[in-house]
Amino acid sequence: MRYAKFTIMKTHTRALIIISCGLMLSAYFFPLWQILLDAPQYPEGLEMKIWLNGLSGNIAQINGLNHYIGMKFISVDDFKEFKILPYVFSALTLIGILSAALKSRKLLLTWFIGLCFFAIVGFGDFYQWEYNYGHQLNPHAAIKVEGMYYQPPLFGYKQLLNFTAGSLPDTGGLLVGLGGLLAAVALFYHPRSSSNQRS
Amino acid sequence: MKLSNYKAWIPALTLLAGSVIIGCKPGKVGSAVDEDAAKKVYVAPGKYDEIYAFMSGGFSGQVAAYGIPSGRLLKVIPVFSQNPENGYGYSEETKPMLNTSHGFVPWDDSHHPELSKTNGEDDGRWLFINGNNTPRIARINLATFKTTEILELPNIGGNHASPFCTENTEYVVGNTRFSEPLDDDKTDNPISSFKQTFKGAVSFVKVNKDNGAMNLAFQLIVPPFNYDLAHAGKGPSHDWIFFTCYNTEQAHTLLEVNASQRDKDFIMAVNWKRAEELIAAGKGTKIPAKYAHNTYNENTHTATSVIETGTQVIDVTKFPGLVYYMPCPKSPHGVDVSPDGLNIVASGKLAAVIPVFSYQKMLNAIDKKQYDGMVDGNIPVLKYEAVLHGEVKKPGLGPLHTEFDNKGYAYTTMFVSSEVVKWKVDNLEIADRIPSYYSPGHLSVVGGDSKKPFGKYLLSLNKITKDRYLPTGPELAQACQLIDIAGNKMKLLLDFPTIGEPHYAQMIPADKILKNQVKFFKLDDNKNAYVTKSEKDTKVVRNGNRVDVYMTAIRSHLAPDNIEGIKVGDEVYVHVTNLEQDWDVPHGFAIKGANNAELLIMPGETCTLKWVPGLPGIIPFYCTDFCSALHQEMQGYFRVSPAGANVPIKFSIGENPVTK
Repeated sequence: MRYAKFTIMKTHTRALIIISCGLMLSAYFFPLWQILLDAPQYPEGLEMKIWLNGLSGNIAQINGLNHYIGMKFISVDDFKEFKILPYVFSALTLIGILSAALKSRKLLLTWFIGLCFFAIVGFGDFYQWEYNYGHQLNPHAAIKVEGMYYQPPLFGYKQLLNFTAGSLPDTGGLLVGLGGLLAAVALFYHPRSSSNQRS
Repeated sequence: MKLSNYKAWIPALTLLAGSVIIGCKPGKVGSAVDEDAAKKVYVAPGKYDEIYAFMSGGFSGQVAAYGIPSGRLLKVIPVFSQNPENGYGYSEETKPMLNTSHGFVPWDDSHHPELSKTNGEDDGRWLFINGNNTPRIARINLATFKTTEILELPNIGGNHASPFCTENTEYVVGNTRFSEPLDDDKTDNPISSFKQTFKGAVSFVKVNKDNGAMNLAFQLIVPPFNYDLAHAGKGPSHDWIFFTCYNTEQAHTLLEVNASQRDKDFIMAVNWKRAEELIAAGKGTKIPAKYAHNTYNENTHTATSVIETGTQVIDVTKFPGLVYYMPCPKSPHGVDVSPDGLNIVASGKLAAVIPVFSYQKMLNAIDKKQYDGMVDGNIPVLKYEAVLHGEVKKPGLGPLHTEFDNKGYAYTTMFVSSEVVKWKVDNLEIADRIPSYYSPGHLSVVGGDSKKPFGKYLLSLNKITKDRYLPTGPELAQACQLIDIAGNKMKLLLDFPTIGEPHYAQMIPADKILKNQVKFFKLDDNKNAYVTKSEKDTKVVRNGNRVDVYMTAIRSHLAPDNIEGIKVGDEVYVHVTNLEQDWDVPHGFAIKGANNAELLIMPGETCTLKWVPGLPGIIPFYCTDFCSALHQEMQGYFRVSPAGANVPIKFSIGENPVTK
């Protein structure tokens, strides 16, 4: 009896999967991540929003400032990721929906592993970009500070010369995160009192 | 304490001696500085003031914006006078703003700022200001704090009774301080023909309610008095506008004496709605008139000047019911309408009372034909007693101008007795008085001439400062005082110097202005004929002896920055576009030895400096606004070759490995 739940999907599990997939779709409507910058001269702050398929915010101003330290101009066209990500993410979400539709725990597991993989690769890629922008500085830059690199933090805040740089999840990122959490619950949480058995 | 201790007696004796001395002189009102003044005017660093005050600069020809209650100067807005600091009136784009029928007039005497109104309330869209000398009305866009339109008024001598607006800014008006023959009168009139050939002309300038564009709709030809100030009715009196007249004696020499003989001059009441109807019915007479209409286009960042060639006039003597005169003691200055639109307060600067006229009684007197003679044969003078609501008795000496608060009080400046007097509009009783330093002309209450005054603060705008500040030689600062009018007693809060002469001011709660503020101009929307939207499009083009330099400015370089092939005597037009698209990143542009001015270019804007090099050699140019850490590097060179040299045009900027 106890092992039956590994092969049969309960209604609450399917509901969790569907809710999770719904939250995942918010990635298409809200930015996932945000880089926040403020400095004495920018009390109102500058921001860069990272979406599944592009960037928004004060990119021109940030590029304008970055030219002093010789940082490469940030341009959406340089990121192949933005062309691929919407499809990868759709495929992932589709697996989730299928697992609920087909009541397949195998697919649920596949989906969850896929999500974990997506998160790890995503953050790794993000880190790599931050590292490259922060370290590959033009040697002709007007402002050169010995030993200073301008890699923004992966998560949290960091002081970079006169700027406080913050890196935090945005609305979409938070909702997707919540979706991931629900996917984990769907996979691992089994209420004991449940007697909702199928014949 | 022993009584024999003489030191203990000193303070007591001093006090006694002091009171004896003071006692010998007639009493004076104390200075009434509020004990909490410092707290009330302190606006902490980084915090905004509650109110904008727009003060005319008087003989400076400009307008200045101040924050109230701190009294901090925020910006001098160039209007009628050239301003080398930012190139206004010097740049090719803005020179046409100062064109007139007399040619280029780069100065004026700006008197009365007037905020545009909707339903009788200040709406924060535009500020109008009159040029008193060469008759003009200017309109400032309060989203950009730039002068966007200047309209000259024909047929008048000094545009003093201006630019007061009607309840919904349907019209702003202008009326002459110096009556004179109409411009089209080609006779070589002697001055002594004043009574026969001189005229007054009341201009009604129509204001487009969507974009503020002005045009001279019509002029009413009125008797040749000196017209001083005006205010339109509101609410029930919406259709009327009132002007003060002095010199009803019609003197043309030694007015000081000759224009001060009659006990009463006039308030001229004009039914502008009726005038509008007459014009619509085709009753106006078209006459030739030459006047400039200058418009600044906010997309091209360029002004154009058009010389208009005619207007239409109405002779008020031919249309009964259009104009009535109300007798008013004596040489009146201000004429002010209470917020409910029912009372008209006149301030006769040589009068011993403040007469308050009743709008309702005026209508009744017109109905019952309660006349006290006629002017020019058939313009009725209404009986003083018939139109009078009452008189404020013993207000002080030299009443000049009145505004209102939100609690039923009026405030009047007393030029001669140098004070502000507070009185109740319904019972005409004096409630309080406070000294002013010294000799106030106009005063300003926040929203004080509107239908819904905001109250709280009053500015007393003074003509004399004497000992109020550290002296600066014979030419002293002009100043105003900020007075707290929130309580029963008026309290002096602050005394601060101003630009030029703070002739009159209007104050408005800051939120009405803040919500419309433009932070920078969008480069994509820049339609200037010489705009350069990208550094790769910069160029230098020679056409005969005219050279056009298409230059860009961005932190921290001007492009191109090495320009050769310019020759002595060339007319070089440098068109600088500021490519920045961020808040508060203007760039300056200056050329060594330029005979006009420098430029200050806002982000997204294009400005042009004309430069005629007079000497051969290397001439540096640079950015004058400290824009960035590398501002001091933002510079370049012209090579000026002798006239007749055949050095080809060549321009460049070093390759930038960083932005490549």
